[in-house]
Amino acid sequence: MTTPTYTRADFQTDQEVRWCPGCGDYTILAAVQGYMAQMGVPKEKIVFISGIGCSSRFPYYMNTYGMHSIHGRAPAIASGLAASRPDLDVWVITGDGDALSIGGNHLIHALRRNLNIKILLFNNQIYGLTKGQYSPTSEVGKSTKSTPYGSIDYPFNPVSLAIGAEAGFVARTIDMDRPHTQAMLEAAHQHQGAALVEIYQNCNVFNDKAFLQLTGKEERSHNRIDLRAGEPIVFGPNGDHAVVWREGKATVVDTASVPTSDIMVHDPSRLDPSTAFALSRLSHGPYGPTPVGIFRDVSRPTYEDAMSHQLVEAQEKRGPGDLDKLISSLGTWTVD
Amino acid sequence: MSGDAPGVPDGDTATIDRSSTELDKVVIRFAGDSGDGMQLAGARFTDASAAFGNDLATLPSFPAEIRAPAGTLPGVSSFQVQIADFDILTAGDQPDCLVAMNPAALKANLKDLRPSGTLIVNRDAFDERNLAKAGYEVNPLDDGSLTGFKVIEVPMDSLTKEAVKDTGVTGRDVLRSKNFFAIGLLAWLFNRPQEPTVEWVEQKFARKADVAAANIAAFKAGYTFGFATEATKTTYTVKPAKLESGRYTNITGNTALAWGLVAAAQCAKLPLFYGTYPITPASDVLHELSKHKNFGVRTFQAEDEIAGIGTAIGAAFGGALAVTGSSGPGIALKSEAISLALMAELPLIVINVQRGGPSTGLPTKPEQSDLLFSLFGRHGESPVPVVAISSPSDAFANAIEAARIALKYMTPVILLSDNLIANGSEPWRLPDVDQLPDISVTRITEPNGPDGAFLPYMRDVHTFARPWAVPGTPGLEHRIGGIEKDAITGNVSYDPANHQLMTDTRAWKVKNIANDIPPVEIYGDDDADILVLGWGSTKGAIRAAINRLRASGKKVASAHLTHLSPFPANLGEVLDRFDKVLIPELNTGQLRMLIRADYLVPAEGLNKVAGVPFTIGEIADKIMEMMES
Repeated sequence: MTTPTYTRADFQTDQEVRWCPGCGDYTILAAVQGYMAQMGVPKEKIVFISGIGCSSRFPYYMNTYGMHSIHGRAPAIASGLAASRPDLDVWVITGDGDALSIGGNHLIHALRRNLNIKILLFNNQIYGLTKGQYSPTSEVGKSTKSTPYGSIDYPFNPVSLAIGAEAGFVARTIDMDRPHTQAMLEAAHQHQGAALVEIYQNCNVFNDKAFLQLTGKEERSHNRIDLRAGEPIVFGPNGDHAVVWREGKATVVDTASVPTSDIMVHDPSRLDPSTAFALSRLSHGPYGPTPVGIFRDVSRPTYEDAMSHQLVEAQEKRGPGDLDKLISSLGTWTVD
Repeated sequence: MSGDAPGVPDGDTATIDRSSTELDKVVIRFAGDSGDGMQLAGARFTDASAAFGNDLATLPSFPAEIRAPAGTLPGVSSFQVQIADFDILTAGDQPDCLVAMNPAALKANLKDLRPSGTLIVNRDAFDERNLAKAGYEVNPLDDGSLTGFKVIEVPMDSLTKEAVKDTGVTGRDVLRSKNFFAIGLLAWLFNRPQEPTVEWVEQKFARKADVAAANIAAFKAGYTFGFATEATKTTYTVKPAKLESGRYTNITGNTALAWGLVAAAQCAKLPLFYGTYPITPASDVLHELSKHKNFGVRTFQAEDEIAGIGTAIGAAFGGALAVTGSSGPGIALKSEAISLALMAELPLIVINVQRGGPSTGLPTKPEQSDLLFSLFGRHGESPVPVVAISSPSDAFANAIEAARIALKYMTPVILLSDNLIANGSEPWRLPDVDQLPDISVTRITEPNGPDGAFLPYMRDVHTFARPWAVPGTPGLEHRIGGIEKDAITGNVSYDPANHQLMTDTRAWKVKNIANDIPPVEIYGDDDADILVLGWGSTKGAIRAAINRLRASGKKVASAHLTHLSPFPANLGEVLDRFDKVLIPELNTGQLRMLIRADYLVPAEGLNKVAGVPFTIGEIADKIMEMMES
């Protein structure tokens, strides 16, 4: 089957997009639509499933199959769809409240089962749709409508969480950086199995400039650590900072202070997740030097492949199901 | 167990004791510690009786704890079976024969034994320690308190030890075989064929030759003990029942339900998907379905109840016959997702194998207390069809019926079972699989709107079902979800008139199903004054009570509901024909509330929430009381 040639417009719907003006969701939507046009998959094979929250309106704006479901449950619904229809290209759209608070259980289990679903986690570190309460990724001390004295909740680090949940693919990107976002989408799609892409997304109404350290022109030059497979991890203006392994963890040092051979060379394909996890601990929120890019990209058999394999094997071994044989299988007797 | 039937050899009369007393029915209860293997013993005795051709019904009863402290009253597990030479409807009100493996089992069950009934006890277990654990100050075997019964004292522990000594089993495995000693003795006492049990053991323990040998040795020792000591003056025979001609199997409700789902998928020409989370007493449906991968059945043990139904909703969107199953507490967790399925108008079966509630309640006991929850246990105006299974064998057909309604009307359907149906068993006359109904539906493949548009909520004019367009179909890309939908386009709509229309439409869609389900039938006397109306697992006890009263010349009728939402179209007219309506339920009056509200009929209730089913006597007595008032 040849895949039709698409443009971004083929993935737009007639629905009026209803996010606040200036919301980071617009740029992510454009990046996703643009990527889909060149992804090479017929659009009837693509499904977007979302939960509840600002970002979860996303499927209405994608001219594919889609479901806007219930709060936190998108990974579960997507899991059932992917398990029963391995031929589909299933994407989950979720936010920090949706995925990490009410739906935390489904997220970790979808990742460990390794269904072939791509989870895009829009992290704006705030509850937007309910008008501004702190979220499980908000920083300690954050003053919000529900924390007038400051939040006392210690936040999740979504990348660390995903690696701990046995995810095979984990990446982080930023809404403002469309080429980088699309590169992460492409890599996630190439990966066979569950993929989590954390997208730092600005909520200009309730949590504006939360990611300034990574998006401001001056700030990002100091703080953005681009993880590139096979390359030494250096960052900063003129590459004057580097990441080395020291005292059992990844540590930022002045590049000039260490021999080149000490600088960590990024390898997302390492089977052992320890270094990926260590890199994820370089920051606990976008407040200083923070890695973006692919932390981990390691394939293992997908859940739906294993499930389909068992079905095929059972049919080869026992033949296709015979209903009469089944209902007679516990022993029968005949009354004349 | 698989393979061929453990059939009775032709002309098997060798095991029939000619001096035996003939009975038309007998009720036997096995009782012991939950680790004594009483459920297995009961099931083996039952299968041997089924193979012999008796009609039968069973009532297992076990504690929620896997191994409650040995020898104590809370640890007692029992299995009751009624066998008969005619069509029986329940596992019997009172045991005629009680097997008590220890003092606690005796204490917990003696009150139910019929006066002058047969009591078989494991004498060896009546030591000081076990007597104390059961709260006996004096050994009841010695204090004359059992003189009203025919007591057979058997040193089962020592005889079992002796019987298995050359089989190679050691340690704890030695006494594990004593349940087989007990059913061996019962096989002699009730003239049961030995072959089915022996064959079952050989097959089950094919890879554990010593255990198989020990169980068979214990079984034969029990049989021989009865024969050699002439433990009773006479043995008993219950002849094969004259059931409707056909091929039969002995089936539990959970197995029949699982098979019904497999059949429903075939009837619908769709793959079956079962998304669920383990919970008593529904887990056996998962266990059974997970075996049948060669039918293309996909089972998904999810991380929780919500994910169980979530995965099923995903599979339904993808075009499968999707099912989730649980019991009351799990259904409570699924409530929000059922509302999504009804809003998105996706076909889905939600099985609730009811147990005693609320909260953890009585996880291993039957109750019918989730009826109102099934009808109303969701937020918003959220009608769904509700179908109730009334006996173990009835589960097969109603799994297909629930699937038919779900697919034809694009709606979640709640399918009610309960613990009595799930774990009880009865003979089931096997259907001709070629005669099962075709419940397949046409999935839309072409746009249904102007200019090639697809309108996902453009309804069928008869059923009001919306079209089912599954991902992968070109040109029908669309979005569904929980937000209110425009009545035609399915786009998000906050329009006041549209919400009114959609709310009314969803209600009407379910109500309209009343024209597509069988009318409720009257059983018994059309011209009686009293109608006994029931639903679910009370059917057997109600029918048996009606039969008993009619046999004594009384006029009485019953009707049993399978469809509880909507009710059959003729229900109002049926209720009008009788002066009085009695509704027995294992709850505090839930169907009665609905009947009073919907039909303004002053129905009376007979209600019980004791974790045990109705006896026939309880229902017959209540009918008599109403007749006399």
